[in-house]
Order: sequence, then structure tokens, then C-alpha cells
Amino acid sequence: MTRKQLSAGRVLGWLAMTVVVVATVFPFWWMVRTALTPAADLYTDNTSLLPDHPTLINFLRVLGLTTEAEARAAGGSGARLNFAAYLLNSIIYCGLIAVVQTLFCAMAGYAFARLRFPGRDLVFGILIAALMVPPIFTLLPNFILVKDLGLINTMAGMVAPTILMTPFAVFFLRQFFLSLPRDVEEAAILDGNGPWGIFWRIALPMSRGPLITIGLTTTVWAWKDFLWPLLIGRGEDNRLVTVALGVFLQQSPNTQPDWTGLMAASTLSVLPVLVLLLFVGKRLVQSLNFTGSK
Amino acid sequence: MISTKRRDDRRAAWWFLLPVLAGFAIFYGYPAARGIWYSVTDYSMLNTPSYVGVDNYAKLVRDDQFWNALLVTGWYVILNIGSQTLLALGIAALMHRLTRSVVLRATLLLPWLVPNVTVGLLWLFLLDTNLGFVNHLVRAFDMQPIGFFTDATWAMPSVAAINTWAYTGYTALLLYAGMLQIPQYLYEGASIDGAGEWRMFRRITLPLLRPVLALVLVVSLIGSFQIFDTIAVTTRGGPVSATRAIYYYIYQQAFTYFHMGYAAAAAICLALILGVLTAIQMRLLRASRSDLA
Repeated sequence: MTRKQLSAGRVLGWLAMTVVVVATVFPFWWMVRTALTPAADLYTDNTSLLPDHPTLINFLRVLGLTTEAEARAAGGSGARLNFAAYLLNSIIYCGLIAVVQTLFCAMAGYAFARLRFPGRDLVFGILIAALMVPPIFTLLPNFILVKDLGLINTMAGMVAPTILMTPFAVFFLRQFFLSLPRDVEEAAILDGNGPWGIFWRIALPMSRGPLITIGLTTTVWAWKDFLWPLLIGRGEDNRLVTVALGVFLQQSPNTQPDWTGLMAASTLSVLPVLVLLLFVGKRLVQSLNFTGSK
Repeated sequence: MISTKRRDDRRAAWWFLLPVLAGFAIFYGYPAARGIWYSVTDYSMLNTPSYVGVDNYAKLVRDDQFWNALLVTGWYVILNIGSQTLLALGIAALMHRLTRSVVLRATLLLPWLVPNVTVGLLWLFLLDTNLGFVNHLVRAFDMQPIGFFTDATWAMPSVAAINTWAYTGYTALLLYAGMLQIPQYLYEGASIDGAGEWRMFRRITLPLLRPVLALVLVVSLIGSFQIFDTIAVTTRGGPVSATRAIYYYIYQQAFTYFHMGYAAAAAICLALILGVLTAIQMRLLRASRSDLA
């Protein structure tokens, strides 16, 4: 009898889980489905799960692959769109931040964990106190700083505040380096290696897992960045996907946003994430526990 | 002088730390000091800041829009954190008792991986009054379509629901990871004693999850106070001021009206609130570590 109850419970449980999965996936389905719909069909064909007249025109026009007249005919506002370039900007932005920041934070984390120098704990304490400073507090002065440096509308200005460090990564990587066995490093010292040699040849290769975890998390957050790149990189040349989506929405007339185009552009902003999930989904999922990231 | 045999890596350490210390000094320390200075000045980015004492703060206290922003943010936080935590807890418990599937976990993580701007756009369309799918459903039940973003009563709950959709899976995975640390034999023992699922959840899962739950709660709370992207895409603070949350208010003061000094003062007030929350988080982080060891 218990057994039957249990399996009834499990069926209910799986039913609930199915509802959750559908609620998670359906909005994405609807996004792609709308992106494949001709703008003219928006009013007539907007409840079926598949578009009546599937088309790629919306993707082509937001990628800037059509003439202006063609884009207009397909429901565009006539403003120039080039989501291929925006995607590339976003990828460069994320790649730069993820790689450089992770390396610098690993160096610092290693120094705090293994090197001996006066004031070590004090300096580390001050860095960690920065975890308590919310971004909005430094956002305005940083904007003015970047403006004064003449870096508005440059990639350098966009990555500047994050590329050198983030307190959390320093903290996280230091914790990991502390847990590395010391005897390998001591053997390396006997072989005549200095701190750099040990860091590059021993410590870094032994911490591939945590480095990838931090790198991935940084990539995801950078991909989602909006406010800072909105302030710094509004210009066409350095526009990130998120900023471009915001601008695209504002270009639409208030009466009727260019939904099919917007959904095509949204789909493009999701694609790289999907690729990431396909390749490193397992690692990403497993890295989410609470020694872990914000 | 005491001569020591201890190693001193002073010179190497300097090079190891240089980039991080430079980043800290230039983009954390310096702007923090500057932010405090701006908050006691009149500054529009065009003039040189002129010292005005505590005027900005005095103005804030009397500024209805500022209080409205705090109030609206509070309402959002309650709606968002409440629904998100309850749902995530339920989903985590379901996963914990049903499956270890990585594919399922990756699927639940998907909305978190997508930029908030994209999420905002998706739901702006899904909840659109005329063409939105959700309003097709509403009409199918013979009801009037709902202006999810244009009706002042609905706007903030809509924004909260969107972010709940985006962050519930992520939160659930964090809680699930916490649940995996609970020893399996506790459940086996309880089930031999004839305890049902609900009873096991209340007597085993919830109490043992408490430290992780508390931590997840505070972290989500801090994030929730900083709601900006979704509002910037969907309602832009409207209708009237129904969704003008504190982050958006500061943004507008600074970059729409160029009241830099005033915005800096408001940012400091928000920073104080968040600072208290973060201090609690640090406490819990320590507590949870010793608890789960």
C-alpha cells in the first residue's frame, strides 16, 4: 500500500515538474516562433504553436543582411540594425573580462594564499570589504572617471572597472589555493622554482576546475551586463547586444513595437548562451553550490 | 632587529597583486571617496562640484519621489523574493526526491543565463495588452484583456513575476545543492518509520537546509533591491511612478536630470541599506560553513 501511495505521489511530482519545465521553456518557444513569423501575420496568426508562414526575413533584417526597403517592408522602422556586430562586441566584451579578470584574480588569490609579505591579511581584509560596496555606489563616480579619461564609447571604457578584478573572484580563488597540498609546491621550490614558476607550472594547472567555474560565472554575468555598457557604450560601434536590444525597442514607434524583429534579435541574444549550455552545461550546473557564486 | 629564517616574498607579491590592487584603488576606492564627496555637492557634470553640506540629504528626506521609490522597491522585493523563494523551495524539494538529471537542471537554469533585457523583452511581448499570448488566454476565458504594464495596479506585480520567472530556477538549483548535503539515511530511516513526504520535508529537509536557505535568501534580497534592467525595458518607471524603483530613480536623477550630487546622496542611502544586508550575509556565510561541516 505504501508503495502505491508513493508512486502516486511520484506521478504527481513529475506532473508538477512538467508544468515547471513548460513554464520555463514556453516563453523561449514563443520568442523563436514569433521571430519566424512575418510581421503581417501578427494580428491574424498569433495563437498557433507554429507559424503559418515561417520566414527568416526577421533574422536577416536584424543582422543587417537586407536592404533598408526590404527591412521596412518586413515591419522594420528603417533604422540601421546590425546584430552580427553587436553579438561580436558582446563576445569580445565577455571574453576579455572573463579571461583577464580570472587571471589577475588568480594571481592575487595565490599571493594571498601562499606568499609571505607584511600586511597581507590587512590588504586582503580591505579587498574583501569591497564586497560590501554595492555597484550603484561606485557607478556614478566611475562614469565620471571614464568620461574624464575620454573613454566614453570605447571598449576600454566598458571593460575598465571589471577587467582588473572583482573582490569575489579573489576571495574564491584564494580559498581554493589554500586547500592545495603544499608538498608539491615545496618539491618545486627544491627544484629551484621561484613564486612565478610555481604559480604557472603547479598552482594554475592544478586549479583548472575553480578557474573554469569563475571564468564561466564571470562570462554569464558579463553577458547580462546592461546598465554600465548602456552608460558607456551607447554608440553604434561598441554597442553590446543588451544595449542594442534596448535601443531597438526605443526606436519602435510607441503604438506598435516591431515585435517580430525584436523577437529575432532576442533569439540571437540567447543563442550564444544556449551554445554555452550545450558545451559546458554540466560543469555550470555542478558549480552552483554555495561555496559558489553569487 | 630579529633575523628571521621565514621567507619573504615581498617583491614577487607586489607583482602578483599589482593588477588587482590597481583595479581596486582606481575603480573601488577612489570612486567610493568621490561618491561621498559628490553627495555633499551641487554637481551637474558640467559645473565644478560646489560644496552644499547636507543639503542633498535634507532634500532627500523631504522628497516624496524618493520615499515612493523606496516604497515601490519594498513592494517589489516582497513580491519577488516571496514568490521566488517559495517556488524555488518547492522545485528543489521535488528535484531532490525525484531525480538527479543534469539535463533538467540545465533547462531550469536557462532563464538565468539570458540577459535581463532579453527576459524583459520576451515578457513585454507575452504580456502585451493586444497581441500578448497571455492576454489571448485571458480572452479565451471571456475576460477583459489586462494591461499588465499599463495598469498601475498590475505593473509592479508583472515586473516581479518576470524576475521570479528568470531567477527561480537558479535559486532552486542553489537550494537543491544544499539539499544534496543532507545525509540520505535520514530519509531512509524516516520512511521506515512511516513518515510521509510532507512530514520528511518539514522535519528533515527544512531544518537542515536552514543555513543555506538563509544565505540564499539574503543574496537574492540584495540582488532584488537592485532591480533596474527589467524596469528599464518594460515600464520605464511608469505608469506614473508605480514602478520607479530606487535604482531607476537614482539613474534618472543622475543621467536624465544630471543631478549628480543628489543622485550620489540617494546612492549612499541605498548603499547603507545594502551594507546592512551584506553584513548579515557575511555573518550567515560563516554560520553556514560551520553548520554544514
